[in-house]
Amino acid sequence: MTKMSRIVQTITSIMFPFAMIYGLYVIAHGHLTPGGGFQGGAIVASACAMILVAFGSKWTMEKIKEKHLSIFESVGALCFIGLAFFGLIFGSVFFSNYLVGNEMLFGVIPMAGSTAADFNTGGVIPLMNFAVGLKVIAGLFAIVLVMAYATTKLREGKK
Amino acid sequence: MSKRNMIAAVFFGIVAGIFVMSALLMHPFGELDESAMDDYIIENTQEETGANNGVTAVVFDYRGFDTLGEATVLFTAVAGVILVFRRLHDD
Repeated sequence: MTKMSRIVQTITSIMFPFAMIYGLYVIAHGHLTPGGGFQGGAIVASACAMILVAFGSKWTMEKIKEKHLSIFESVGALCFIGLAFFGLIFGSVFFSNYLVGNEMLFGVIPMAGSTAADFNTGGVIPLMNFAVGLKVIAGLFAIVLVMAYATTKLREGKK
Repeated sequence: MSKRNMIAAVFFGIVAGIFVMSALLMHPFGELDESAMDDYIIENTQEETGANNGVTAVVFDYRGFDTLGEATVLFTAVAGVILVFRRLHDD
């Protein structure tokens, strides 16, 4: 994929931080508002795909290698499974929410009914959202980047 | 009509009959279905998981195995795509 015009690049540079912040917000507030790790990760990966379209796959591949993205994806998956196994150790069962009620890290229990959002709630759910978000960002961006770069290489090979 | 066509027609008739019967027996649209599970989740989500968002509580806590499977599917997809395109980006 070749790079696009300077106008598109400028608009992308302006829009990219906003899309990034929105996606990270959706990931971080997964236990309070609609969304979560998968959805927010898809938003951030879309922002990265926008960069890829505007600046071309070669430039993007110079900045971030797909090897590093797959490392990030594996780290996200391992964090997710590790949190689930910690439930086996600290709690009673696999995937048990052992952080609820400890009053420190995401452990506050909200009042019953519709209450004001308190970020410090949810137990292990926000941590799992972060892990899944990291995994989805790295995974989707790795797919898009590898496919775009392969297309560029194929086109160069034909010429 | 050949024997093969006869068998096909009978089979088609049976399948069509099953479809019509299940359409007649379907739950009426808009009528509430009695379920203990959703009431339990609505009442106990906040004190059991501490999350205000019930959907996320179901996805990441009550049905964590489901999310683990989804994450595995994504991992497999990424691994497959990188494997297929590996030959083209090894310089």
